[in-house]
Amino acid sequence: MATYRRFDAANRVLHGFLMLSFLGLSATGLPLLFGTSRWAAALAGLLGGIEFAGRLHRLSATVLMLVFLVHLTRVLKQLLLDRDLGVLWGPYSMIPQPRDVVQMVGHFKWFLGLGDRPRFGRYTYWEKFDYWAVFWGMGIIGFSGLLLWFPTVFATLMPGWFFNIALLVHGEEALLAVVFIFTVHFFNTHMRPEKFPMDPVIFTGRLTEHELRDERPDEYDQLAANGGLAAIEVGPSPSWVVPSARIFAAAVVSAGFVVVILIILTLVQGRG
Amino acid sequence: MARRLGLALATCLFLGFGAAAEAQPQAVKPPANDDCLACHGDPDAKRENGTSIGLDDKVFAASTHGPLACVDCHKDLATLQEFPHPEKLAKVACATCHDDEGAKYHDSIHSWAKEKAGLTAAAPACADCHGKHDIRGRDDATARVFRANIPATCGACHTGVLDQYKTGIHATTRAVGNDKAPVCIDCHTAHDIRRTDTDASRLGVTAQCGTCHAESMRTYRDTFHGQVTRLGFVQVATCADCHGAHDIFPKADARSMVSASNRVTTCRKCHADANDNFAQYDPHADRHDKARSASLYYTGKFMDGLLMTVFGLFGIHTALWLARGLRERGRAKK
Repeated sequence: MATYRRFDAANRVLHGFLMLSFLGLSATGLPLLFGTSRWAAALAGLLGGIEFAGRLHRLSATVLMLVFLVHLTRVLKQLLLDRDLGVLWGPYSMIPQPRDVVQMVGHFKWFLGLGDRPRFGRYTYWEKFDYWAVFWGMGIIGFSGLLLWFPTVFATLMPGWFFNIALLVHGEEALLAVVFIFTVHFFNTHMRPEKFPMDPVIFTGRLTEHELRDERPDEYDQLAANGGLAAIEVGPSPSWVVPSARIFAAAVVSAGFVVVILIILTLVQGRG
Repeated sequence: MARRLGLALATCLFLGFGAAAEAQPQAVKPPANDDCLACHGDPDAKRENGTSIGLDDKVFAASTHGPLACVDCHKDLATLQEFPHPEKLAKVACATCHDDEGAKYHDSIHSWAKEKAGLTAAAPACADCHGKHDIRGRDDATARVFRANIPATCGACHTGVLDQYKTGIHATTRAVGNDKAPVCIDCHTAHDIRRTDTDASRLGVTAQCGTCHAESMRTYRDTFHGQVTRLGFVQVATCADCHGAHDIFPKADARSMVSASNRVTTCRKCHADANDNFAQYDPHADRHDKARSASLYYTGKFMDGLLMTVFGLFGIHTALWLARGLRERGRAKK
């Protein structure tokens, strides 16, 4: 069976750094939010104490901001230098479009047995949500984080109560991001019954013909119609990639699952 | 007078010989308190250098150690057979009975100063705070270690600190009858006193503040300084860094380190470039207190709403997808 390219090497590497820095930020930030629980103190200890954890947090934040900047540069280059308006609209754009709303409603109908499954294309509405959630998170968590990292610099521009807001939204938004990624994102990509236990596409960059045709029929039909399939056909991944990706993803998904359980338990018991 | 001293000496000698005459090693009879008082009961009896060896037996009898024998503490005299005994006796080891306190004292800055740093005269041992033959329990209002007397006892050496403490809110509120307000030992402990720049001391003192100032401790723990100190990193502000240690004043008082006019200076102790804006940051902000900060309160409500909306919608989305996906899978297997 033919294999097709979905993500290029640069995007896979960027996602890799995004993932590692996100895990680093989560592990070093959560102990502060949940400092009354023993698991948080133990996690801070595992990371070499809270002082070292703080350094890891800033290092991870720097990596994540670089990933974000590289991505923005790539998108802007595609738009401005390559004059590719497909960035802004159409099936290859991440911009939410009317068809996303229609497909979301259709997807809910399918869940309930009230209709056929929508014919998804290259980017589905939940993938776009994940994508923009990162933008929102970078804006809110990234900016508030910079404020807290360089308070005396930003205090020349903004009032002191702003830092109280920054501290609150940094923590709450981070909690949202961590729990969302460790539950919804992991379910949508790996844990849902069609994909369980994992979808290696973000590591291999490859889809089988079967996957492309069944899960993204709209993209497949267009590519088949305009002869684009041949251009994205690639050979199989090197043999070590899928097993390594499985082990790595299993570890991260399990760790994330444990963290979510601990967070929920702590929240139920009362955080203060 | 000379006759009385002579009589006392004769008694001591007699007792000594008496003990020797019995000459059975295990059966040496230690001197009774009255035997000691034969010499020490004389207020005019003196050492070679002219200092008094007199001891008021009424004072000793009224002390918390009144029921004890002299030799219970002055152990080396229990087996000594020659009296009058040499002037130099072994040091009384309070820790023989008070082992917990002894162990704590041993690790303290007072012990370190005395034993290691050579401040033998300046640094206190047990008797310097508790007294010797007039020792009283801490529940006794005349005791040096009675709660209300502690500042004076510590202040006997730490005079500058005592002066500061006397002006501060803790001392002034004590003066009007608030006995809960702290004296020295509440923050510094009684025996296990450490340098205040050690991690253990900074964390211990901070925890102490919270035993009364529970609300301030709660809001401190909600902000960055309190979050990281809770996890054991104390190179950020703890209570005393902003509020002061001995001369703490309410923030409305112009002398307070956190008064409107002093706040920037206080922030600059750590944040060298802090400005007026910076000093408006509220280190005890409370997201549930609308009156204290409406902006924080409504931001908190917005964040709660955002989290509930996102998790609510995606919770439903995921649950429905899971149910449908499992049905599809079951169908595919058939």
